[in-house]
Amino acid sequence: MFYNVINPLIHLGLLVAMPPLLPGVINKTKAFVAGRKGPPLLQPYFDIYKLLRKDMVISSATTWIFQAAPVVTLAATLLAGLLVPFGPFAAPIHFTGDLILFVYLFGLARFFTTSAALDTGSSFEGMGAAREVTFACLSEAAVLLGLLVLVRLSGSFSLTPMLLAPLAHPPEAPVLLAAAGLFIVLLSENCRIPVDDPNTHLELTMIHEVMVLDHSGPLLGLINYGSAMKLFVLSALVLHLLVPFHIGMPVADWVLFLVEMIAMAGVIGMVESFMARLQMRHVPTLLAAASLLCGFGFVLMVR
Amino acid sequence: MNIAIYIMLASTLSMAISGVPGLLFSRRSMTGQWIATLLNLLATLLGIVALLTFVSGGYHSENMAWPWTLPWGGFAVGIDTITVLFLMPILGVFLLGSIYAMAYWKQTQHPDNGRKLRFCWGLMNAGMMMVVLARDGVLFLMAWEIMALAAFFLITTEDHNPCVREAGWIYLIAAHIGMIALVAMFVLLRLTAGSFELWMTIPSSVPQGMTAAIFLLALAGFGLKAGIMPLHVWLPGAHANAPSHVSALFSGVMLNVGIYGLVRIGEIMTVPPLWWGATLLIIGAGSAVAGMIFAVCQNDYKGLLAYSSIENMGIICIGLGLATIGRTCHRSDLVLLGLGGALFHILNHSLFKPLLFLGAGNILHATNTRKIDALGGLAGKMPVTAGLFFMGSLAICGLPGLNGFLSEWLIYLGLLRTAIAAHVDTLVWISLAVPALAITGALAVAGFVKLFGSVFLGNKRSAEVDHAHDPGAGTLAPLAILALGCVALALFPELIIPLLVSAAHAWAPQMIASTASFGSLAPLQEMAKLNVGLLIGGTAFLLLLGIVRQQKLRAAIPTWSCGFARPVARMQYTGASFSRMLAQLFTWMIPVKPAVPPEGRYVPQPAQWTQDVPDTVLDRGLIPGFALVQRLLERFRPLQNKPVNVYLAYMLAILLLLLLALCF
Repeated sequence: MFYNVINPLIHLGLLVAMPPLLPGVINKTKAFVAGRKGPPLLQPYFDIYKLLRKDMVISSATTWIFQAAPVVTLAATLLAGLLVPFGPFAAPIHFTGDLILFVYLFGLARFFTTSAALDTGSSFEGMGAAREVTFACLSEAAVLLGLLVLVRLSGSFSLTPMLLAPLAHPPEAPVLLAAAGLFIVLLSENCRIPVDDPNTHLELTMIHEVMVLDHSGPLLGLINYGSAMKLFVLSALVLHLLVPFHIGMPVADWVLFLVEMIAMAGVIGMVESFMARLQMRHVPTLLAAASLLCGFGFVLMVR
Repeated sequence: MNIAIYIMLASTLSMAISGVPGLLFSRRSMTGQWIATLLNLLATLLGIVALLTFVSGGYHSENMAWPWTLPWGGFAVGIDTITVLFLMPILGVFLLGSIYAMAYWKQTQHPDNGRKLRFCWGLMNAGMMMVVLARDGVLFLMAWEIMALAAFFLITTEDHNPCVREAGWIYLIAAHIGMIALVAMFVLLRLTAGSFELWMTIPSSVPQGMTAAIFLLALAGFGLKAGIMPLHVWLPGAHANAPSHVSALFSGVMLNVGIYGLVRIGEIMTVPPLWWGATLLIIGAGSAVAGMIFAVCQNDYKGLLAYSSIENMGIICIGLGLATIGRTCHRSDLVLLGLGGALFHILNHSLFKPLLFLGAGNILHATNTRKIDALGGLAGKMPVTAGLFFMGSLAICGLPGLNGFLSEWLIYLGLLRTAIAAHVDTLVWISLAVPALAITGALAVAGFVKLFGSVFLGNKRSAEVDHAHDPGAGTLAPLAILALGCVALALFPELIIPLLVSAAHAWAPQMIASTASFGSLAPLQEMAKLNVGLLIGGTAFLLLLGIVRQQKLRAAIPTWSCGFARPVARMQYTGASFSRMLAQLFTWMIPVKPAVPPEGRYVPQPAQWTQDVPDTVLDRGLIPGFALVQRLLERFRPLQNKPVNVYLAYMLAILLLLLLALCF
């Protein structure tokens, strides 16, 4: 009974407080591999705090959509985060069919982000928006194929039972295939290497960073926070497939979840350290491969 | 008592004659238009009364028949929940379109074609009403033909324009090919059932070949009307070239009539073969994905909306196919979710698509161009239209918070339920429509971001935008009402759930109890609560942002343009460049051809860049195909230009041949 009340609170607390830690861990990992000292672990928190206090300068071409986009994106990501179970605990909101809502909330965020990019009338931001919507077409197919594997495996249509069901089994080939596919989508949706490089700002090859060039001050702070949260939510989802075991004691399980999330960020940092960014024209092939992996997982279960 | 039917027939009559008084008035007088609009209002009010009578009467279906003097059939009409669900959009869009036309297509400004437009407008709507009310094959076909012909005259309202004439011509051919298929289908139905009465269940003793022929003919006839790919060839041209309120009517209502036929055909066999549902599902998924790919590549905003209608009809067909499969496999959950989702999506599409087409009418009226890439920055000039159009775009992409999501969600849930079918069951493959639907959703976001972003956002791209402004309240009110409808259905789906359940019960009475509910299959109420939360939360967030903005805004300066000293609007990303990357992924499907300007030998020539977006089926398949047929048939031309005596010889020869044939 106690945990029924406290677990959703911990869930919400982690969802709100922890996301900026992940980019910090990623940067630290990359610095470590490169033999540098790197920025402090909590640097993303400092950045967001600094941005929220600043004044902002906006483009005179923009409308209300430009300012609404970061807010709507953050709100959609937050709601999506409430649908995914963290560790072995049920998500605060779960009902039949919430997986479709989960996927479409990111669609809502994308609609606003890309509209805001076009709102500035800059060719750079239009370019980023075009790439974002193009790649999303491929990655959404992969996500739903991956979720289809979980639906068939668990026999349920809600993220909580779907993601907690594989715990009962040792990971099977379909789950591993889906996990690989979803991991690629995770990298692509969060604009990490090999799809996009979050550190560059002036290459013609980037997606997310280029869409937010004209946002400044609190709006930029909200965007950075929102993208960290998206990374957090998607990582929490993929973790269920990669590490499907838990201890059984609530406190220990929460600690395990924290450790797993940090390890996940470390893995993403390692991927970024050892891989180069793909050429833009090869990205669709990578995303198609993600769809194929998930689809193959599904076929394996039907055979 | 069949009060609902009588009132509905009175409403239909009022529609049919609404344009007639106008013919008697001067070409430059508004009186005729006022009378027509009042008659339309009367028709809609009568229709609403009839609907309320039907609903308060507990959804009991009613049938009436009168004899007539024609050799076949009779005047048989009926009303049941499925009919009612299709009547609602007809009545609503019809009235809103008439009101919109009061300002958009004023008789005083269009003295040449205003009277013709209104005459056919009323006639076409009355035809559609009769199609869904008819319970007799001959009456159905007559109403169908009235609808099809009136629609032709509506498309060709501006018949001085060659593009319009061509679009109308293609439509007329397509409509009549569909008509031939339907006549053949009704003849076969008559052969199996023994009468023209609709919509009877075919006895299971009928041979398979016969039922297959009926289904395929219905698929061709109704599919042509609904614009299912690859039978969509008439649709983009007709929608783009008709006046905008007519496009709204076509897209929001006329396509539905094709779907209506497919719904009824699913009903005529108690246990249809599996391939019926599978065919509907596959062509539905194909239409959805391909329709949206074509839409994304369009450079004409009305063309984009037209292709997006093909996409939505595809989504509806997926739901319908799922329901038909549910019938085959005795799965009441699939029937409820599939048919419920399809019918719900029809209602939703009849709200947001007219909204978008009327919004497109406002843009066209304000700027006089249909080119996406000639516009830009309209949100500042026409803020109300922009806001309403934005809402329509969100709704049509099926994004959470508005009504489009709920209906797509029902179809998704139905498809997901097939994923957990047993190993040996072919049903499990049906769930592969889920990723197709997901791709469609993502493509829709791409298409509508392109449309909204290029037309309303950014900087203006041409002088056409300079004098644009929001039209008057009379033109905006219909848009606002449609947008309110979108919100209302998103927040209170319980308004429509009983109708959906009752329709599913009427469609498959042996499988769905009249007391069935979506409750355990799809918690629509929960989702509606989340929608309320989303809308309230979103508004609160935005208000908060407004306050923050007041305090934090330092300056508004031009967009940073990578160091250029004097940024110009032409440097913006255009709609064509926005969709180029997607188009390149699908060049095998839609060969978008940019016309690259010739390079000068030493000095660059003045460059101009255009892009041609062909319709693969029409421009690459049918038109060359028909040209080939024409060339072949021209070989016979020498036979034709002959004196009379040669013709008499032909006749004799044919007669002899026939006599010979009789001998054997």
